[in-house]
Amino acid sequence: MSVRRLAKEQPASFAFSKATMKEAEWWIAKYPAERKQSAVIPILWLVQKQEGWVSEPAIRAIAELLGMPTIRVLEVATFYTMFQLSPVGSKALVQVCGTTPCMLRGAGDLIQVCKDKIGPKQALSADGKLFWEEVECLGACCNAPMAAINDYYFEDLTAETLSQIIDDFAAGKSPKPGSYIGRVASEPEGGPMTLTDPSLYDGSAAKKIKVLPNSQPRKEPA
Amino acid sequence: MPVAKVNGVEVEFEPGMTVLQVAERAGEEIPRFCYHERLSIAGNCRMCLVEVKPGPPKPQASCALPAADGQEIFTKTPMVEKARKGVMEFLLINHPLDCPICDQGGECDLQDQAMYYGRDESRYLENKRAVEEKAISPTIKTYMTRCIQCTRCVRFVTEIAGESEIGLISRGEDAEIITYVEDAVTSELSGNLSDICPVGALTHRPWQFHYRPWELKKTFSVDVMDGMGSSIRVDSRGAEVMRILPRVHEGVNEEWLGDKSRYIVDGLNRQRLDRPYVRRSGKLTPASWDEALDAVAAKLSASSPDRVGVIAGDLQDAESMKAALDLFRALGSANTDCRQDGSALGGGAERAGWLFNSTIAGIEQADVVLLVGADLKREAPLLGARLRKGWLANHVTVGAVGRAVETTFGVKQLGGGLQSLLKLDKDFVRLMEGAKAPAIIVGPGALSREDGPQVLRAVADMAKAYNVVRPDWNGLNFLHNAASRVAGLDMGFLPGAGGLSAREMLKPGALDVLMLLGADECDASASSAFKVYVGSHGDRGAHGADVILPAAAWVEKPGLYVNMEGRVQMGERAVFPKGEAKEDWAILRALSERLGKTLPYDSHDQLRALLMAEHPSFGRIDYVPEAAQPLDLSSLGDRKLVQKAEDTGAFASPITDYYLSNPIARASVIMAELSALRVKAQAPMAAE
Amino acid sequence: MVGILQDKDRIFTNLYGLHDWGLEGAKKRGCWNATADMIAMGRDWVIDNVKNSGLRGRGGAGFSTGLKWSFMPKEVREGRPHYLVVNADESEPGTCKDREIMRHDPHLLIEGCLIASFAMQAHACYIYIRGEYVREREILEAAIKQAYEARLVGKNNVHGWDFDIYVHHGAGAYICGEETALLESLEGKKGQPRLKPPFPAGAGLYGCPTTVNNVESIAVVGTILRRGADWFAGFGRPNNTGTKLMCVSGHVNKPCNVEEAMSIPLKQLLEEHCGGVTGGWGNLKAVIPGGSSVALIPAEQCETALMDFDSLRDLKSGLGTAAVIVMDQSTDLVRAIARISYFYKHESCGQCTPCREGTGWMWRVMERMAAGEAEPGEIDLLLDVAGQVEGHTICALGDAAAWPIQGLFRHFRPEVEERINTYRARKGSFAGHAIAAE
Ligand SMILES: Cc1cc2nc3c(=O)[nH]c(=O)nc-3n(C[C@H](O)[C@H](O)[C@H](O)COP(=O)(O)O)c2cc1C
Ligand code: SF4
Ligand code: FES
Repeated sequence: MSVRRLAKEQPASFAFSKATMKEAEWWIAKYPAERKQSAVIPILWLVQKQEGWVSEPAIRAIAELLGMPTIRVLEVATFYTMFQLSPVGSKALVQVCGTTPCMLRGAGDLIQVCKDKIGPKQALSADGKLFWEEVECLGACCNAPMAAINDYYFEDLTAETLSQIIDDFAAGKSPKPGSYIGRVASEPEGGPMTLTDPSLYDGSAAKKIKVLPNSQPRKEPA
Repeated sequence: MPVAKVNGVEVEFEPGMTVLQVAERAGEEIPRFCYHERLSIAGNCRMCLVEVKPGPPKPQASCALPAADGQEIFTKTPMVEKARKGVMEFLLINHPLDCPICDQGGECDLQDQAMYYGRDESRYLENKRAVEEKAISPTIKTYMTRCIQCTRCVRFVTEIAGESEIGLISRGEDAEIITYVEDAVTSELSGNLSDICPVGALTHRPWQFHYRPWELKKTFSVDVMDGMGSSIRVDSRGAEVMRILPRVHEGVNEEWLGDKSRYIVDGLNRQRLDRPYVRRSGKLTPASWDEALDAVAAKLSASSPDRVGVIAGDLQDAESMKAALDLFRALGSANTDCRQDGSALGGGAERAGWLFNSTIAGIEQADVVLLVGADLKREAPLLGARLRKGWLANHVTVGAVGRAVETTFGVKQLGGGLQSLLKLDKDFVRLMEGAKAPAIIVGPGALSREDGPQVLRAVADMAKAYNVVRPDWNGLNFLHNAASRVAGLDMGFLPGAGGLSAREMLKPGALDVLMLLGADECDASASSAFKVYVGSHGDRGAHGADVILPAAAWVEKPGLYVNMEGRVQMGERAVFPKGEAKEDWAILRALSERLGKTLPYDSHDQLRALLMAEHPSFGRIDYVPEAAQPLDLSSLGDRKLVQKAEDTGAFASPITDYYLSNPIARASVIMAELSALRVKAQAPMAAE
Repeated sequence: MVGILQDKDRIFTNLYGLHDWGLEGAKKRGCWNATADMIAMGRDWVIDNVKNSGLRGRGGAGFSTGLKWSFMPKEVREGRPHYLVVNADESEPGTCKDREIMRHDPHLLIEGCLIASFAMQAHACYIYIRGEYVREREILEAAIKQAYEARLVGKNNVHGWDFDIYVHHGAGAYICGEETALLESLEGKKGQPRLKPPFPAGAGLYGCPTTVNNVESIAVVGTILRRGADWFAGFGRPNNTGTKLMCVSGHVNKPCNVEEAMSIPLKQLLEEHCGGVTGGWGNLKAVIPGGSSVALIPAEQCETALMDFDSLRDLKSGLGTAAVIVMDQSTDLVRAIARISYFYKHESCGQCTPCREGTGWMWRVMERMAAGEAEPGEIDLLLDVAGQVEGHTICALGDAAAWPIQGLFRHFRPEVEERINTYRARKGSFAGHAIAAE
């Protein structure tokens, strides 16, 4: 990580869209009235969804909305690495996990694909469509190697599959997230070896429990 | 009281103290960088590690750990030494080795601690981190590579100065101190940031590269830039004052100082009156002392005593006012006034009639405070910091009558002028009535208008109605922005029987000879009198003068000052007066000789002794009464209306610009710079 | 059958998302069954049973969950509501279990939140989910909506305990998994850990009494109470009881999440559930058994290691989050650990000195060691630096950064030494210390 600063070039202004504002209000309502500040991360995120990145005028607008000093919003925006402080790819923001569990299973190949297709470390492609960066563990280690692209996880990747996915995004398609070797989730490849007992799913577990276990006072040992 | 053992020695401590404080009580010095007594605890530098039993088998940050009864604290074990050395090494790996060119050199916490805990060679072979400099304020030079991320600056600005302008952005080893926009630190207390920064990351920009601390002579003095009487240390080299720093005074400034009090240093060297001047054919021309004094003596002896008068200015020491008062009384004149702003204060028998009675520290006890025409940011920023403390702790409610002004604490605006006072907001009245320790702070702006006496009367009525003056609590507080004022009132530097007030003396045709003793905040241009200016700076008073008698600035003479709470404090001479300038009392003494009314003292000591003999309050140095001062409220002010109340408008501070409120400040380039930047930057306040 | 645990004893029956995550499906699988009865039994009963089950926190530190709940004040004071905060920040490298709970069995979590909140007299609960889990958050929000609509939670719900549950999210900061950093983050600040004391039970979220628990710790509570503390305590060894989600990643043939009995032998876990180590057991080099924060153990120790707190602690490692990262003989261990060092450097919040400065230093030296470009003496320097970080920081991230390095050199020091020597032999002389930072 390098020092995270506001981008040199900034738009003149920022305005919350109606939809963003509605969602922002929904978030603010989750916290006690005098704790509006709690909503700062979700609202920064909404703003990033709206604009693609977090600009300086947006930070000021959020500070005003939440009654926070601007410097406190800037602290938050620079502390959390999911906030993009300069514009990212218009079609895809590719975040390849490079941490050890993914690295052991070939994250290096994925990174190479990104370098070849998009550019060196933390780069925006020449046409502005694609941006990639290496990120830290995304918490999908059983499906390594993986990448998050525009919010969703693409798992069990290879250089080939990622390459195709990126091409698809660049072409304006929306490739499906999930495993690229046919897994549903994090079950072992080839199908689960546990959770196969049909009685788990036949509704028998929903039968009324007459007496909860341990509901009688424990007997003192005599 | 609970007892802990520090390195085997038992010490008693008060509940709530931290392990660090307990260790200090036992005489053990604990190294620290992030910890500061007056800021919230961050516990981030990890330098203060100690071992405690019972406790986990690892060192603990003593600054943040509450002490417990029966606890054993060890500050010197191998584990502690090793941990501190480790922390020291971490602090140094990315710290530049630039002590020889660092302004903090010689008074740097990091440098000092490195002497004890540092290694003699670096084991860090990687490149050091470099951090960009930041323009955060004209008063602060940044050198951010030196920053150790202790966050004292962040905490000071948010907690004490009350402006959330500094932050620590980014994270990990890239974390850096920054302001949201350039020059964002606009607090009047910004200079304290450079004081509390434990390293050379923030230093005093106005003084950068001017001195090394060990070559400075240190003189204890009193600040005269406002009525607080902050304790200061004047550091000089040869004939020049190099810097002014706060000294700790719990009762007054704690350990802070306003920017004006600190950075007017360059103003002491500029615009100085360093020789006498006499106006000849319309132009002020240099003259000898003899010529100048003769000119003044001739005029004075040629005039009738009721046609001569003297007005004392805001920065005067008590002794020079005493000498002026004695001289004019000796001449038979009753035209003497120390209130160049035309304040309605003074004249009663009781000092409590013009003092800040709760005392400065005592204001922290107040739970409901009414500000009447008081603008603390301009008139006494450190008093504002005290109120902010209570406000942050949810301990005090503040209401204000007067022009809406910026504050560092929350205020209920209750209207603007006399009318609002007379019909005070009902809810607030209820608060005042129910308060345990109600206080009223009356600013100079409320009392220096034509209707000052009525305002004073209204305030006294309120004080009575809300029981603000009680046997155990006197919350009626007069705020003075002039350092000299209380001394003047204490010695009766007021119009004598039948004498003219300052306002009257300034009128055309009122006098034949008017002496302005350092009085620059009054407009004497309309006066047709022969004007004698005694003072240090070529400012407003000197411009219209017919004779200028150059005097010493306050750091150039010994003197007594009485702050707004009535505390008498002594300033020492740090350097000698400039050029041919002389101490004010000596000038007046020389003049008296020429007038054949020789003042009865040959030395400053004799003068001071006489002052103390005639006015015993001056003999009690650095003393404020512990108990509440009694006050007969019926003696204050005047009920008679000069003007209809609704016509008088909102109370406004006589100070329009904090940075330019006196002749020394107006001579300072730095004050001009701050004024241009900060006063403009302040959003205009909505009219009430 | 594979492994030890039988299907009938699994709590997370939709771990793989093959069934309906919604309320209907969850109910069918037994969730929300008898919840009202549990609440009717009272707070003490709930806490006692959780204590008796032996459940230890699943977030890594392994503190007794029931005991932690009992630290909350007995009385709720005016203006100081109690809070439950669920730690769904799941960012420890190797760990990906809470994600499966939230997207496949969210109702187990919601039910647990209600019960735990009731036990601690909290009327509000916040679930802090890492920002990257966008899909997981969407499902969790949807499940919560279902629960509100079915009046399982909310004001005047069928359980008789007024209870609001909110999802909050982060935005990319591992440190927000640390419970007090999480609270700071939830208050809308940077995620910088707080000084302790005060502990969250005294002054947590908004300064009010708060308990922070891992997703898994909370999600198992309903089933524990339904099936009995004794049932749960019947798995694993004493002091290491219950069932546990284990995440196996790295060099195994079939990486996967699986719920297993505590104390299952590591070898059995890898061999039976994960299709074995790539290239066979003999090809195993080392395993990080509890997420990146714990020390690795070499292949020999993997023969006998049990997946529980005590066994792994005895091996100077830890169960952590039971995130097993397997490394076979092809692994460049120095690189693998250097990458972990980079992770900690990247995730240090920068608040306290040893972590801020130490993590970067350690990473840079590790990086050079991975290349061989280091002095042999620097190994001791590195260990010394790790020792200066460990135990001297505000939170445990400092320790977590030191332990993997210490583990590497405990078992594989000769490998690093050899690399340095080879490098020097190849270069003829030592090439200096330049490293291209980043
Ligand atoms: C650096 C650091 C990161 C952590 N990350 C997580 C995490 O992602 N999820 C989690 O549940 N606990 C995490 N923890 C542990 C929490 O601080 C806390 O112990 C845990 O949430 C308590 O819940 P439990 O008692 O249910 O385990 C982390 C701790 C540290 C020091
Ligand atoms: S600038 Fe000074 S006071 Fe501020 S964090 Fe850095 S070292 Fe501390
Ligand atoms: S002084 Fe205690 S941690 Fe800094």
